[in-house]
Parts: sequence; C-alpha cells; structure tokens
Amino acid sequence: MIEIKMPRLSDTMEEGAVSVWRKQPGEVVEVGDVLVEIETDKAVMEYEAYQAGTLAEILVPEGQNAGIGAPIALLDDGSGLAAASPGDQNPAAERSAVTPDAPASAQVAVTTPTAETPAASGNGTTPKVASPLVRKLARENRLDLSQVTGSGPGGRIIRADISGLLAHGATASAPEDIPAAPALATPAPAAPTPEVIATPAPAVTTSSVTDDVRGSRAIPMSQVRRVIARRLSASAREIPHFYVTAVADAEALMELRATLNAQLAEADRAKVSVNDLLIRACALALREHPEVNVSYNGDDSAVMLVHDRVNIGFAVAAKSGLIVPVIRDADTKTATQIGGEAKKLIRLAVERKLTPDQTSGGTFTISNLGMYAVEHFTAIINPPEAAILAVGATAREPVVVGETLVPRYRLRYTLSVDHRVIDGALAAKFLQTLTKLIETPWTIIA
Amino acid sequence: MTTKTYRQALHDTLRAEMLRDDSVFLMGEEIGVFEGSYKITAGLLKEFGEKRVRDTPIAEEGFAGVAIGAAMLGLRPVVEMMTINFSMLALDQIVNHAAKIYGMFGGQASVPLVIRTPGGGGQQLGATHSQNIELFYAFVPGMKVVAPSTPADAKALLLAAIRDNDPVLFLENLALYNTKGEVPDEDVPAEIGRAAITRPGRDLTLIGYSRMAHVAAEVAADLAEAEGLDIEVIDLRSLRPLDRGTVIESVKRTHAAVILEDDWLTYGIGAEVAASISDGAFDSLDAPVRRVAMAEVPLPYSKPLETAALPSREDAITAIRQTLRAVGRRTIPAGVTQP
Repeated sequence: MIEIKMPRLSDTMEEGAVSVWRKQPGEVVEVGDVLVEIETDKAVMEYEAYQAGTLAEILVPEGQNAGIGAPIALLDDGSGLAAASPGDQNPAAERSAVTPDAPASAQVAVTTPTAETPAASGNGTTPKVASPLVRKLARENRLDLSQVTGSGPGGRIIRADISGLLAHGATASAPEDIPAAPALATPAPAAPTPEVIATPAPAVTTSSVTDDVRGSRAIPMSQVRRVIARRLSASAREIPHFYVTAVADAEALMELRATLNAQLAEADRAKVSVNDLLIRACALALREHPEVNVSYNGDDSAVMLVHDRVNIGFAVAAKSGLIVPVIRDADTKTATQIGGEAKKLIRLAVERKLTPDQTSGGTFTISNLGMYAVEHFTAIINPPEAAILAVGATAREPVVVGETLVPRYRLRYTLSVDHRVIDGALAAKFLQTLTKLIETPWTIIA
Repeated sequence: MTTKTYRQALHDTLRAEMLRDDSVFLMGEEIGVFEGSYKITAGLLKEFGEKRVRDTPIAEEGFAGVAIGAAMLGLRPVVEMMTINFSMLALDQIVNHAAKIYGMFGGQASVPLVIRTPGGGGQQLGATHSQNIELFYAFVPGMKVVAPSTPADAKALLLAAIRDNDPVLFLENLALYNTKGEVPDEDVPAEIGRAAITRPGRDLTLIGYSRMAHVAAEVAADLAEAEGLDIEVIDLRSLRPLDRGTVIESVKRTHAAVILEDDWLTYGIGAEVAASISDGAFDSLDAPVRRVAMAEVPLPYSKPLETAALPSREDAITAIRQTLRAVGRRTIPAGVTQP
C-alpha cells in the first residue's frame, strides 16, 4: 500500500486543498494518470500518480486541506502490505526489491528502491528522511531540517525543498517558530514554514467556533483566502501605515474619457476606463516622485530599495478572493495599452489563470472601489510595496466655484503609506502631483 | 573517418593487426572455411592461410587451453567463442588459468589472449543462447573485460585488447553487428578502463554499456528533444577495470543516476556501478540510484515474451521519469510558483 501525499506544488505553498478527486476508490491508476486536482495558494493544479496501482482509499475528501507531505489517499500497489509505520524503513526496503524474490515475474526488473517507503512524516520525534545531498548541504550551510517538509517520495526532503532556505541563508539557529505566526512580512518565498501536518484538527478552532448560540458552522477557507489573511495580517501588524486623502475635480477627466471613448468606439477600438487612466496617472506621478517607488528592506538592512521600473498592480475582486495582477512599466505604456492589458489580466484573474509573472514585481498598487459607489476608504499596503492608493467613486457633488455652488464630478482617494520609508510631506506632494494630473487629464494621455 | 558497420570494423581491425604483427592469429569454431557464424572473419583464411586462421573442433575448453599456451609462449591469439554462452565450457581455462598464470607464477609468463564473443538476447535464440554473462569474467581479478557499443570503439578497443599483455574478454553484441558509425582511419587503441561521456548533461546520469549504451544515448536524445531534459550519458566501455571515477564525478554534478543493463538485476554489473556511486558520491545523491535490467527469468523463445523480458527504451524512460520526480523535477504548469 502506498500513501499518496500532499505534494509541494509551489514555493510558497504550505498546504493544499483537495479540489477534485479524478480517481475514485477502486479505480485503476497508471503512472502519469491525473489523480487529483489540488488547490494551492495561487492556482488549481492537476497532480499525477507516480506509482501504479488501484486507488484504495481517499483520506482527504474534496474541499478539505492537508499540509505538505500529509497522506491524502492510499494506493494499493499489489504489495498487500499495510504502510510501514513511521521510521520503519527496512521492511519496506526489503519488500521493494521485489523482483529478485519473484523469479517467475515476467516484468522487467526495475529497482524500486526505498523511494516508495512511507516515510516518517516528521512529528517531532521521528527523524526526518533527507537525501544524502540534502544532509550534506544542511551540514555545510547549518540548515535546520526539522523545519522542512519533504516533498520527495515518502516525504523525503530533497534539494528542491531546501532551495529557499539555501537562498535565504537560514541557519540552524533559527528560533522555534510559533506556528500561528509564520514570518511573512516579505512576500519573498518564505523558508518552508513549520509543518501543518494533518494532526487531528486543532481542538480550539473546530469545537469553539461551531456553537449553537451563534448558529455557527465551519466552512473550509480557500488557499487564496488563507494567503490573503496571512499576508495582510503581516502587513497591518508590521508596517506603520499612515493615510493621506485628497480630492480631485474630475470634470475634465470625465469629459476627456467621454470624448476619447466616443472616438475609440468609432475606430472600433476598446474603450478606456477611469481605472486605466488612474493607473497611468499614478505611474507618471511615481516617475516624478521616485522616492515613493521604494521598498523597506527589513529591520536588519542598512539599505532601502528604490525601484527603477514602475510596475502598477491593481486589485481585482475575483470570486476566489482578492488578487493583484501587475502592469509592468505602466509609465511607458499608453492608456489604451494599459486598458487592453488590464482587461486581459482581469479575465485571467477571474479564470484563475494568472501566471506568477503577472502577479509579481509590483512597486505600487491601486485599489478602486468606485464601482460600488464607495465615497472613500483606506487600504492595507501590499508588501514589499511602500504605498497603495484607495480610490472611491467619481460622483457629482456641490462645489463652491467663486461665490456659487455648482455640481462637479469629484474623485476622492487615500494613499496608505509605509512610514518607515516615506514621510508625510512626500506623500502629500505625490498626491498633489496626482491630483494635478487628474485635473488636467490630457497630461495623463500626452 | 569511414562509415562502416560494427561487424566491418571488427573484421578490418583483425585483418590490420594480423598484417601488422605476425604473432597475431585466430582460432575458433567455423571461423575459417565458413568464415565465422557472424562473418567477422570473412576472407581471412584465404588471405592468411591455415597457420594464422585455425578452425577448431567444437571443444571450447580445449582450444581455449591451446590459446593460453600459445599466448604464454609469445603469440597473440584472438579466439572467437561463437557466443558468450559457449564460453562457459571454457570457464576453467579462462578463470583458473588465463586469469591466474601471471600472478601465480611471479610474472614469469603473461597471457596476451583475446577472447572475442557476442552476448545479447532479442534474436529468438532461446534461453541458453541469449545470455549476458560477461559478469562472470568481470568478476575475476586478472581478467580485463571490454564492451564496445559503437564501430569506432569496436576498433579502438580491439586494437587495445590485442596489444594488451593480459587476457581480455572482448564482448560483442548480436544486436550491434549491423549498426553503423564513423570509424577513424588511423589505428589508435583505446585506453582500457576508461568510460566515455557520450552526451554531457546536468539533470541525471544515465549509464549503460554495449547495447544499453545505445539505448541510453537514444533515450537521452529523445527526452532532450521532447521534454528538454538534460541527461548525461556514460558508456562504460570497460567492465574490468571499471572507470568508477568518471561515473562518480558525473553523479556529483547531476545528483541522480539510472543504470541500464542487459543482464539480470541481482548481483549484476549495475549493482557494482550503484555501489561505486554510493561509495564515491553518496553525499551528492538526491534520489536513490535506479537500475533497469532484464527480467529475472531464463529468456523466453516466444517473441512477445522475449521482448517483454528484455529491458526496453520505455523501461528506461520510466526509470528516468521516476528518478527525476523523486528529485522534484515535476512538470509544473505556469501559474503555480509565486515568487
């Protein structure tokens, strides 16, 4: 019997959700067959079998989560043996060298070394299984393998599992992680975080959450939701935010957009939205204030990062949760180019088909809730960026012009700023530039 | 360079060595009048006469012993055993005499003997005529065993074997006789005991010899084209001495190895290679070494069964895929890793 384990399908993945079982118990599984679809923090992926057999039992039903390396199903490979107990390597090794003991077998002899051994799944007391290469690298780089989840066969820690650790130079002196607070201040692929191996569900959450008084029930959180939760908690906790609000007269902007779209429509070209114009406006304002296009580099760093490229992310409310595709080099693109690119990215976001390239590398984010008639709100910074612009609706308001009240289109927006790298005056100057661009909108498309 | 078959390369090299050195002569069953079961010796009886090309009775132990005696007295016999299966009849002469005389008698006599013999299955010759038992000789100190996989190596290694002062078992393969390749025109002997990296790569080391070196090269080329895999291929060429260094250094670079062999798995050549990797490159392994070998059965006569029992390209590809998966080389669709 072979344990099928939750695979590591991305660098940042810590656990995955079983989305759809493509094989059912009793079905024959060939090497390469798609067994299951796994939802990771960013995408839904097919996971192929790398051993043949018959699917014996599904351990993690659809919709439920499991940590990397946790068994999610049992595959009967005909050995008829129960999975070896953790740490019990030798019996499995004996059994896997099947051919020699079965001279009548007409199968071509291919060694199946201890690879299939259901290995220790690291519960703290059992030693971790790691490849010799990993052991050597761990010795040389003083890595603490107890914090690493193995994604090789049988839970073996392989080089790919420690590439993050190696890149980040983590050392054995890393403190015991507090499971509730994995370090996620930076979105860089975090070192594999402590295991969330499927121990029976933590009593705290299930028993105290579902109660009759509130009529509560527990529903699974998607991976996307969980990543949002973790990253934004880290951002709100660690970044000293401050907020600067400004309002622009959007009369000219609306007029320009109407004229522009009428002509674009005549030419049978796609229209541009207020959002597209705002993306370009922000890009131009960042070009003028490069000190805002920066990143804090951590408490231990003596430097901060100034980004030469202006890559603007925009928040998309996909069904699966918030996602922020990025328009790279937005300062070098025209409004219509930005509009076309944004449309494509939104479609991909909805279909959950954004690639890492399309969601990474941002230097500034815009979150626009204008379409929901929100007057004004504040946003949480998307680290490692240093600022995010929260945009409200463009609405007509009474405005004092001379001595009379006139109805004018007005647009309110609030910049959330990381005070570690940007001060109030700079934030204000940035908004001043942005407001001027919006109020003289031909400078946006010029 | 001239393109020729493995068979022709052997023939031409035998002839050239006979022309070069009067002490080189040939013995074997049906090699003269019949010109050899596989026509390696075609025309040589006519050209060199009975003194240099001797047809023998069907008595392997006898003519192996005669050849050993001739070698001890200064000649350079090249004996053809019709197939490696028949060499077992001469096992005592080869193992107990040819391999031992130089060491047992204080170096008083060398045994510059070459035993040419083809192994290999796949020709529907039945279980007793289809074996790969070169291991029997590679096991014995005092012997040298070489196994060329290309016409060029057939020439270079045969030159080296004939000029070597120790007994050399020269392993040919029925499936290779008609393969073609470029052969250098100059007579440059190979260095016995040197493997060749026939294709450099970074993802995995694929090791074979004789027919399986061919399979290895083909599979690596196909996987490179189809899937962009970068597989390093090593042709062992010599089974004793075994070039452990080349294999170990390769695995230190690639961190994974698959061994292809045409013999049985248990106690096979692959086991020795795997053990060498474990000795020399243990700390570089990211996955267990896998071996692909023949089914542990007497090779069946029936064509479908014979084909099923022999290691195939597909078996090799499966083992490579499993090993690459074990080191985390999965095909990861776009959109998965979040930098």
